[in-house]
Amino acid sequence: MGVAGVIFDGLLALALVWLAWQATRAADLFHAVVSFIVFGLLMALAWVRLEAPDIALAEAAIGAGATGALLLSALDRLASRDGRHRMLYEPATAWGFWIPAGGALLGGLNLAAWKLPAPGLGEEVLASLKLSGVDHPVTAVLLNFRALDTLLEIGVLLLAAVTIWSLGRAPSPLVPAMPSPALPALGRLLFPVFVLVAAYLLWRGSHAPGGAFPAGAVLGAGAILMLLAGARPWIRSSEHGPWRWILSLGLAMLLAAGVTGSLFGGAFFEYPTGIAGPTILVLEVAAGLSIALLLFALYLRGEPCEHGYRGAGT
Amino acid sequence: MNTWQWIGGLLVFLGIPFFLLGTLGLLRFPDVYTRLHALAKADNVGLGLVCIGLGIQSGSVVLLLKLILIWVLMLIASATAAGLIARTALSRGLRPWGT
Repeated sequence: MGVAGVIFDGLLALALVWLAWQATRAADLFHAVVSFIVFGLLMALAWVRLEAPDIALAEAAIGAGATGALLLSALDRLASRDGRHRMLYEPATAWGFWIPAGGALLGGLNLAAWKLPAPGLGEEVLASLKLSGVDHPVTAVLLNFRALDTLLEIGVLLLAAVTIWSLGRAPSPLVPAMPSPALPALGRLLFPVFVLVAAYLLWRGSHAPGGAFPAGAVLGAGAILMLLAGARPWIRSSEHGPWRWILSLGLAMLLAAGVTGSLFGGAFFEYPTGIAGPTILVLEVAAGLSIALLLFALYLRGEPCEHGYRGAGT
Repeated sequence: MNTWQWIGGLLVFLGIPFFLLGTLGLLRFPDVYTRLHALAKADNVGLGLVCIGLGIQSGSVVLLLKLILIWVLMLIASATAAGLIARTALSRGLRPWGT
């Protein structure tokens, strides 16, 4: 790595610290949210610099994209004074406590990272890669060796969506105050591209960076774009009840795959030899669809219902 | 370095002033509309030059086309976003500078 690389990494690290500071300390909440989104994008760049493209994809799509959209939509629901959102409390200023505490945490993390066994588990993953059914080590870990972690992650997403939906009906979606003809046109033009990119990422996951999480996030972002462009959510209970099962499809399929392994005398999540590859592909498709719909469901901020939106005169 | 790499490098180099001027406009222009003008125009030209320059430097036609596709998608998204921001600002009663 040349001098330019070192300078770039240094600037990137400084910018990350600065943005993290802005995201937590800015008095204007909109400023804080925008700082958080930019932080996510630069964090993705940092993962690229660390040669971890899988995490970079997930960070850009979920950390910056989906979380950013969620935060902006939450901001819209907060009470505002003269159109600006301010912190409702004074940020703590007990420097005498926080600086030593932060320093101790940083030191502890450094020590833990230093103590990790040097090559990690990379060698072992690569050694058993041919048994996993896929050619990409990250996918092998996520959906075979440590599929339990993925099961729990999707479970957390499903719990979050259920909690948000149980808080009440979805408010009417954010629409631009002055309708723009460009936005629906953009939605129509770009949605096929979103579907194509999601399918590509999903398929690519078996041999290269990609997989269910980035694919689901891209598809979910496409659905959010359509919602902003004026489309109506179609997962209302009366007409589209069965479609709601997609929300839990990923969790159900992962659970079924795990239990099937133990039923046939193996361990939890032990796939039968020979069909591990197709099993992982099916699980990826199910998980990707679920993640897309779950992110969209989170963004709706409530349960979509057949009697119009809350406050829409019903 | 062969000729194509020099041409690609030159295009990337030509793109940098557009980013600098776009950022200068964002920081120095008086209101949201003029700032959008600076961003949506200068940065997109800069991005186009950088994308085409890097594509030529890579020596692969497929990579060049992919980078141009990214640029075209960015053009569409940034034009729509700039229009939405300007419309929202206008509907909230922000008057353009000098009116």
